[in-house]
Amino acid sequence: MPSAKKIIALFKKDLLLEIRQQYTFYGILLYIASTIFVLYLAMGRPEAGAWNGLFWVNLLFICINAVAKSFLQESRGRMLYYYSIAGALDFILAKLMYNLLLMLVMSLLSLLLFSFFLGTPFEKTINFLGITCLGGISISLVFTLLAAIAARANQNAALMAILGFPLIIPQLLLLVKISKSAFGEIFNTGALSQMILLLCGLDLMVVILSLILFPFLWKD
Amino acid sequence: MMKKSWWKILAIALLLYTFTAGFLIEVPIIGNLHQTIRNLFFHVPMWFGQMVLLLVSMVYAIRYLRSGNLADDIYAREYARTGIVFGILGLVTGAIWANYTWGEPWSNDPKQIAVAIALLIYLAYFVLRNSMPDMDKRARVSSVYNIFAYFIYVPLIMVLPRLVQSLHPGGQGVEGNPAMSGKDLDPTMRMVFWPAVIGWTLLGVWISTLSIRISKLKEKNWINA
Repeated sequence: MPSAKKIIALFKKDLLLEIRQQYTFYGILLYIASTIFVLYLAMGRPEAGAWNGLFWVNLLFICINAVAKSFLQESRGRMLYYYSIAGALDFILAKLMYNLLLMLVMSLLSLLLFSFFLGTPFEKTINFLGITCLGGISISLVFTLLAAIAARANQNAALMAILGFPLIIPQLLLLVKISKSAFGEIFNTGALSQMILLLCGLDLMVVILSLILFPFLWKD
Repeated sequence: MMKKSWWKILAIALLLYTFTAGFLIEVPIIGNLHQTIRNLFFHVPMWFGQMVLLLVSMVYAIRYLRSGNLADDIYAREYARTGIVFGILGLVTGAIWANYTWGEPWSNDPKQIAVAIALLIYLAYFVLRNSMPDMDKRARVSSVYNIFAYFIYVPLIMVLPRLVQSLHPGGQGVEGNPAMSGKDLDPTMRMVFWPAVIGWTLLGVWISTLSIRISKLKEKNWINA
């Protein structure tokens, strides 16, 4: 059974490692900044449709870089150590929480930088902020399990992109569509809440599947 | 012998019926479909078949995780492989049909995009398999991916295309094909359509069992070890 104490301990360990090493954080930050700067140089201030597309693709690439590290950095010996002190469920829950937090921060940061460099074509700022958070959460959850799979397959980081791109498309399409509401597009009554509900349902399903499936990846 | 192979005979009978009746019966002339509506007996069953084959593949992946028997992994792999073949056939038959009714083979219709992505998901399954030389590890990791993929695959092809405008029947604000969804299907066409679905699906299972037998012979040493 998962215990809250162990989950928090593992979560804290990831957070502390991040704060001490600051390798991922600044690495990703530099990644975001340079990507957005290149986009700015190439496109100036794009119109709403292009802005929306660029934003979500940008988040996708950030997620692959940020979340991949969470499993790839764990060496074989260290995994064995975790195995002896905690259960599979503790471990995956801590990872899910940590990646969720990391991706939330990264999404908000890229939203900030996007607004600064590429302009703010969205009309409803609060709504778009909410959608960004939801998007960051959704993408991070899917990629946590995929990172675990890729880590098992010989620590192959390229594999994560191959596995992840097709699998993330349903969520990404939903997000692009939902975020159009913040750009002033009018939906049928109920269509928007239906899509948000569907996205949350998908997220819940991904979490449940991760909890069920991760124990099989865990034992070696 | 009859006991074991009755479903193979049934598959042949149903497909013979599909090919003769499918080309000979009177079909209703709906909109711009004219005689191309007969493609319903070949294009749509591919997707029914694919869904069944991939479902079977996932069930065997679950069985592998529970039992650890490498034979189950072979079943999962071969059913997924046939599922991909059915997906490609479905895309091709659909593209031919679309060429005559929508004016071009590929028109970025949501369902076309969704099934193309579904194909990529399952092709990635094989890339994942090939990336691991160790047999037990490969079986376990790819089983996990297989189960995860199926749960994404179903909303991808069943739910998402229905939320947006589509040329296919069943989308919102249908402009392309007139309604040909389940309840509006002409009774005479239904008499051929459902046998066709069963026939093609059985054929898919048959193909899979053959390739499973070949794989089992090839990998005999590993399974029994």
